[in-house]
Amino acid sequence: MIVDVNTFVGPYPFRRVPESTLGSLTESMTRLGIDQAWVSHLPSVFWRDPMEGNDWLLQATGEVPAMAPVPAIHPGLPGWEAELDRVALLPVPAVRCDASFYGLDPAGEEVCDLVRACAGHDIPLLTAVRLEDGRQRHPHDQAPELTAADVRSWLRVDAGFRLVVTHADRPFIEEVHFGSTPSEAQRVWWDISWAWGPPEDHLELLLKTVGIDRFVFGTGQPLRLPDAAFAKLDLLDLPVENREKLTARNLQSSLTRPFND
Amino acid sequence: MDGVDAFMLIDVHAHFYHDRTPRQDWRERNQSRLTAGERMGITLHVASILGSWGATSPTYFPSPEDLDYANRWMLELQQANPDRIVGYVAVNPNFQEHSLEQIERYLGEGMVGIKLAASRRADDALLDPLCRAAARHHVPMLQHVWQHRGRDWPGQEASDAVELVTLAQRHPDTNFILAHIAGGGDWLHSLRALRGVDNVHVDLSGSGVDGGMLEACLEAVGAGRLVWGADITLDTGLAKLRYLEHLVDAEDVACIRWKNAAVLFGLPLATDTAS
Repeated sequence: MIVDVNTFVGPYPFRRVPESTLGSLTESMTRLGIDQAWVSHLPSVFWRDPMEGNDWLLQATGEVPAMAPVPAIHPGLPGWEAELDRVALLPVPAVRCDASFYGLDPAGEEVCDLVRACAGHDIPLLTAVRLEDGRQRHPHDQAPELTAADVRSWLRVDAGFRLVVTHADRPFIEEVHFGSTPSEAQRVWWDISWAWGPPEDHLELLLKTVGIDRFVFGTGQPLRLPDAAFAKLDLLDLPVENREKLTARNLQSSLTRPFND
Repeated sequence: MDGVDAFMLIDVHAHFYHDRTPRQDWRERNQSRLTAGERMGITLHVASILGSWGATSPTYFPSPEDLDYANRWMLELQQANPDRIVGYVAVNPNFQEHSLEQIERYLGEGMVGIKLAASRRADDALLDPLCRAAARHHVPMLQHVWQHRGRDWPGQEASDAVELVTLAQRHPDTNFILAHIAGGGDWLHSLRALRGVDNVHVDLSGSGVDGGMLEACLEAVGAGRLVWGADITLDTGLAKLRYLEHLVDAEDVACIRWKNAAVLFGLPLATDTAS
């Protein structure tokens, strides 16, 4: 079983990205043997109201059993609580908030309110450190990257809060993990999309130091080639049971909501 | 592809470390490259060592002493692993006589290319004698490039594709490799600059695995001017290789995996190797 927690559909505003449709994602999943994808709506990350993309996402993915929609919540907009109440009743694995892309202070009170609300609903929050390499971003793509300090602060807001972070590199992961208490660190999961493989072997090291239980499978497709996440796994000396932890079992044991068993 | 072709894979952009670099784990990193390379099916690492990697002179502005030590180490690696490692002689064009001496010495001892990091802008006249030496020896020059540099970056006098193209047009008989198209910066800018400049190949290495990048490379320069490489992330190199197999036909994959590189470096073709 392979679950990709880090996929997008829809066009990207800053460059041409092929294979960004729902159909393309389906084809990619088939090509690579991905059984389920957590799907986010890419264009609305950049909309003034990202929640306007939720209905389209829910409807489009509702017709594809292998796709689990991840609606967006913008906690700086009036009525966001009602939107969270609504989507939390639906079979969604998580909600997402990309605070700096929304123009919010990630460590500010609005995001902390969302953190508390997600804990109250027992729904994980999904967020990205970045979407592209900072050296190549469009001149108008100026949103700051998420910082490790932001993530550490969220983990301290509510003991029931669960977080999935995508596109984090080794220093970021280490800073959060070893800058948090064990109980705080147990509530964050990292996708493997931005951790380097050999010869630097960052992912191999992280699996030992941070622990394999903290990682889930994510590709970042179509902004990133999904083949990269598989290549990382294939270059590790992983027993089958550990590979299965990364590709699905960690997620199934700790991040499943009642609707998604 | 026939049976031999299918298994050939040349990494045109590899690096190794030595005992005078700042990294205590230099042996592990070297071994990891070879182990992962075996797993991926890399048949030949074309590699360089950039001086002392910052220990006694800056990585991108290496001293003559550091370059000589590194080139000697690189040659010894090549001699110890003749079937899977060959070397670039790395030079700093600010030291003209030393650069030319290193080129003559190490190409004469069997190295197969010249590595230019970021010691001097690519369109600088100081590079001209080195380009002529490359042409004379029929070896390519691998030029470190910041894809659309935009401004100066600390620690290097980086070049971008426009500057490399200027140099390449001054030296139509020299083959150049634009380093790591996926190594950071605006690769679309580089690809636009490279259209129609036949003596510049594009090395696919770098940590970037952007969706759309390989399609753009193929559109800009075609499979005939792409060469596969990994640089410091073999996993992303493997990913690009796999995606290419999904994107283009087997003959084009073979060109990118090894055939283009074999021609550039004057290496025996697969049939010769097999025999």
